[in-house]
Amino acid sequence: MSVHVPELRIAQTRPQTEPEIPGGQQPAEAGTVESSAIRKFLLTRGNSAITDRGFKWLMVLCALSIFGIVALIAVQLVKGSQLSWNKFGLGFFSWPAGFTFGSVFRAIMDSNLPQPNYWDPVNGQFSALPFVYGTLVTSFLALLMAVPLAIGVAIFLTEMCPGVLRAPLSFLTELLAAIPSVIYGLWAYFVLVPLMREHVNPWLVGLLGWTGFFANDNPTGLGFVSASVILAVMILPIISSLTREVMTAVPISQREAVLALGATRWEMIRMGVLRNARIGIVGAVILGLGRALGETMAVTMVIGNSIEIHRSLLSNGNSMASVIANQFSEASDNLHLSALIEIGLALFLVTIVVNALAQLLVWAVTRGAPARVN
Amino acid sequence: MKAGRGQLRSKFRELTDGAVTGLAVLATVLVVAPLVAIFVYLIYKGASSLSLSFFTQIPKPVGEVGGGMANAIVGSAILLGIASLIGVPVGIGGGIFLAEYGRGTRLANAIRFTADVLNGVPSIVMGIAIYALIVVPQNHFSAFSGGVALGIMMIPTVCRTTEEMLLMVPHAVREAALALGVPNWRSVLSITVKTASPGIITGCMLAFARVAGETAPLIFTALGNSFWSTSLNQPIAALPLQIWVYAQSPFDDWHRLAWAGALVLIALIVTAVSLVRYVTSRGVLKGAS
Repeated sequence: MSVHVPELRIAQTRPQTEPEIPGGQQPAEAGTVESSAIRKFLLTRGNSAITDRGFKWLMVLCALSIFGIVALIAVQLVKGSQLSWNKFGLGFFSWPAGFTFGSVFRAIMDSNLPQPNYWDPVNGQFSALPFVYGTLVTSFLALLMAVPLAIGVAIFLTEMCPGVLRAPLSFLTELLAAIPSVIYGLWAYFVLVPLMREHVNPWLVGLLGWTGFFANDNPTGLGFVSASVILAVMILPIISSLTREVMTAVPISQREAVLALGATRWEMIRMGVLRNARIGIVGAVILGLGRALGETMAVTMVIGNSIEIHRSLLSNGNSMASVIANQFSEASDNLHLSALIEIGLALFLVTIVVNALAQLLVWAVTRGAPARVN
Repeated sequence: MKAGRGQLRSKFRELTDGAVTGLAVLATVLVVAPLVAIFVYLIYKGASSLSLSFFTQIPKPVGEVGGGMANAIVGSAILLGIASLIGVPVGIGGGIFLAEYGRGTRLANAIRFTADVLNGVPSIVMGIAIYALIVVPQNHFSAFSGGVALGIMMIPTVCRTTEEMLLMVPHAVREAALALGVPNWRSVLSITVKTASPGIITGCMLAFARVAGETAPLIFTALGNSFWSTSLNQPIAALPLQIWVYAQSPFDDWHRLAWAGALVLIALIVTAVSLVRYVTSRGVLKGAS
């Protein structure tokens, strides 16, 4: 006498059919069995509020570790540089005692004059001026070389590139960013430096020697110019990929509006895209600067490691990061170590400020979309 | 007259357009050329000195021919293992907070900003901090301190990529889990994170590839070692560190080893980056759609 229950009907008729089945398995309308089993299961689980809260706080702790890392670095650097800071104060970043700005300037311009001894571990006299100078010079030269090329590549890849080439070329630029610094240094030391020594440096001296900034007295091929070249190669992909990102963030309507007014393609790029993206491009350049300031290994291998300041851009030198890499493991005493840590602290603060500024600028254009550094 | 000037002006604009196109192509060629040059030269120099002994032997004493970088490869593996143990869980946890619990809050924005800034801090500064924190109190260099230095470098990168991947999981997935009565923590772990797991794994691979090539933080934490060592409390060799030391040495044999090591390192990194590209281009969230 079981009523034929169509499948769509909810199983309210179930209690009628159940006793008619002689024991054993439940009929196919087992939905209600499972739903009451689910309900039983959920009711026995109880409240998961405590575990939820515990898990959430665990995640908060993990996220706060980022602040913890920054605090850790800052605290360790400040503690380590106490010795040097107490002894030299701010004069650590200017000329050594016994000199004035004028005498230092004259000594730099004329290498025949007695040079101040900036970094003297033997006598405990430390001045970071040559390293600040080295960092500024290499970064500035690298930016000079890298920015036009990076913007050119970005323009080509976003506006002019045939679709087939776009993926492989952008993959190649991404690969350029992923190569470790040591390998750049290795290649620079064995390939770039001989190239500079044999061909480029003599040409530079011939062409620009009259300015007084290119002297012929460094036969090794190392020096600021070589370091700047490899640094430019390294910061290029960063500037280029960020520029591409801000250029693609410019709405198509801007491009179309300029084209509708009769512009050529270059004018469209200049007026429609670059003009709108210029804040982001400045941000990308500053980010590249931040990377250039802190770059260690490749620069250490080709900058020549000299603690003097010369007028010639082809001379050997040192940057803040490279002097730490070179001298840290063999620092002769606590003051020497503390001086090196103080340079590290200065590097930390400068890169944080520069990177924060760059991130703000890039965010302003891409409107808060997460900006990828790689 | 006006038509003539107009024609001259538009000719000038045409020429400028062509010139700029040429410059852009030139810039691209100038950028791609060093990359290709580096790769070709690496393969050429590295392949000739790559042999089985490279992977199985430790460096021979100065002056003897042969030897390999087996200890550096094993050492790098150990250091990267420690780094991943530290960096991956904490980074993923941070990413989960940014995407699930803290979305839109000021704290999350501050953490995201700080993580991006931390990504740009020079790695040598991290090395100094860990030197002061671990090496000085312990009074010796160790693999542990090197691993910790690399690990804290991984945290910001993993955190940001995890957040990005989790943000891509559609809300419907989360809501379905919650509607079935799954506890929040369980839903986050087993449903949301599992859906985004291909992307999260690729993010970890990216961070891994990045710290695999880092040398500067290891100079004064792990220090390097010319002998076999797998102990966590001793200085340990690492591939990029060894490459640096050998490159700056005056011995031709060691230069050959440096090139071979560089080839191995770059092969590892290119594989990781290509894998990341492949997975993300295929569509990260197959499980969600």
